[in-house]
Amino acid sequence: MTIILLVFIFVLAAFLGFELISKVPSQLHTPLMSGSNAISGITIVGAILATGASDNSTLNTILGTLAVTLATINVIGGYLVTDRMLAMFKKKEGAKK
Amino acid sequence: METLINFSYIIASILFIYGLKMLGSAETARRGNMISSIGMLIAVVVTLISKEIISYQWIIVGLITGALIGGFAARLVKMTSMPEMVALFNGFGGLASLLVGWAEYEKITQLGWMRYIVNLSGTPTFTSTVIFLAVLIGGITFTGSVYAYLKLAGKVSGKAKVFSGQKLVNIFLAAAILLSGLLFILSENPSGAYGYFLAFVILALLLGVFGVMPIGGGDMPVVIALLNSLSGLAAAAAGFVIVNNVLIVAGCLVGASGVILTFIMCKAMNRTLGNVLFSGFGATASSGEGSAFEGELKPISASDTYYLLEAANSVVFVPGYGMAVAQAQHTVKELATLLEENGAEVRFAIHPVAGRMPGHMNVLLAEADVSYDQLVEMDSINPSMPTVDVAVVIGANDVVNPAAARDAGSPIYGMPIINAHEARTAICLKRGKGAGFSGLENQLFLMPNTRMLYGDAKNSIQELVSEFKNS
Repeated sequence: MTIILLVFIFVLAAFLGFELISKVPSQLHTPLMSGSNAISGITIVGAILATGASDNSTLNTILGTLAVTLATINVIGGYLVTDRMLAMFKKKEGAKK
Repeated sequence: METLINFSYIIASILFIYGLKMLGSAETARRGNMISSIGMLIAVVVTLISKEIISYQWIIVGLITGALIGGFAARLVKMTSMPEMVALFNGFGGLASLLVGWAEYEKITQLGWMRYIVNLSGTPTFTSTVIFLAVLIGGITFTGSVYAYLKLAGKVSGKAKVFSGQKLVNIFLAAAILLSGLLFILSENPSGAYGYFLAFVILALLLGVFGVMPIGGGDMPVVIALLNSLSGLAAAAAGFVIVNNVLIVAGCLVGASGVILTFIMCKAMNRTLGNVLFSGFGATASSGEGSAFEGELKPISASDTYYLLEAANSVVFVPGYGMAVAQAQHTVKELATLLEENGAEVRFAIHPVAGRMPGHMNVLLAEADVSYDQLVEMDSINPSMPTVDVAVVIGANDVVNPAAARDAGSPIYGMPIINAHEARTAICLKRGKGAGFSGLENQLFLMPNTRMLYGDAKNSIQELVSEFKNS
């Protein structure tokens, strides 16, 4: 039953995603991409759970720590870079007014 | 406690959804990004207080290292290097998902299925299938993105690389992955299947490299968007492994947005995704088929260009990847301002696939402070092109090649272009003679009303700026 529920959530999220993003002006393509890229770093949650468990082997700890590091780079880097880009757009909007 | 954590995951998902929605409109985009980052923060914090987490030292090591690297990279990267930075971050996300899948599998081999699955209420077949998917998609995303990064950063040739039997190699790789995956999934004994597991880890990493190899520089926007989508799907697959809704929802949202961007890019080139991925475009098309177009290249000096621009009432800049390479955006903006002071109407015509990632030119021009009103999309600028006095093409090539409109034999036939050739005069800035990234001769350069301004784009524009200032 759980499996069905998970797939159900996945399918609904896919449709929601298509609906949300179907009309995006082209000047926002890059920020949208790098912003969503940062969201894909959500795998950090899985990485943390894999690293912190009690009965971990050494290999497990190594894999987990690497995963946490990489996912954090993805998350922090992705959000900051997106913010930097959007700040440039913002500045321009302000100058126009 | 468990309820609180799950409830917080729902809130995080809602924040991601809102954030993405707000990213879709210029006024709210920055706030949207902020909101989605708060969602991420919530997800991370509640995961840290989860009862499954016993030891914190390695988590903290990973978080701090990652935050330092990511933070510095994001602060220091130049706007012109944005495509490769995004590709690299994307690859790291993919690798993280692969490692999560691996770590879970490692746990299974330690505990055995019975003890592992007790908390997850899955079945061995389901869990091993999604481990396989997380590793496969994550692996392809990782090496594909890193290879794309190397291409974009100019560390390897950006050209499409094809060798004979390439398709065969890819088909073989895909078949071998499926076979090892199937053997892995059907194996009853998890530790006995470690060989199959490692086999498809390596094969997936190879497939990422071989998949991106035949894709040329001009098609990079499609590949970047597609890899972005894959990194989301890898995270979603990892979410199925650990039965975690927030990973599934967030990963799937990213997957969907990446797919949409991919198709927008394909449409802008009037090609199918299959054609982009498998045709080895640019390497196969360099034979110059259908280029029976007569004409000669007519060079122009910077001072003659100045006279043309000085007299022009309407000027359109058509930027391309060459502007990014030369980092000419600030100088271009300076020239645009001078032209406006001179009484000319200045606009920038942006082709959807100009540059190396979706929206690349918009980011560069925004960095140079070009007003958003001046950026005009292809469909809006083309009707008024015949009334434009001078079109200045800065390092753009295929997106202004008229062969796309009228030469049925051309490999880019059918791709919508910016009609720079319809302007009264087209000035093309180019580093030297020779074909563009796709290896095609550009018919625009040979047309009677086109003049070639050779040299580094930034230097050429700089010369024009000084001409204006000295007059």
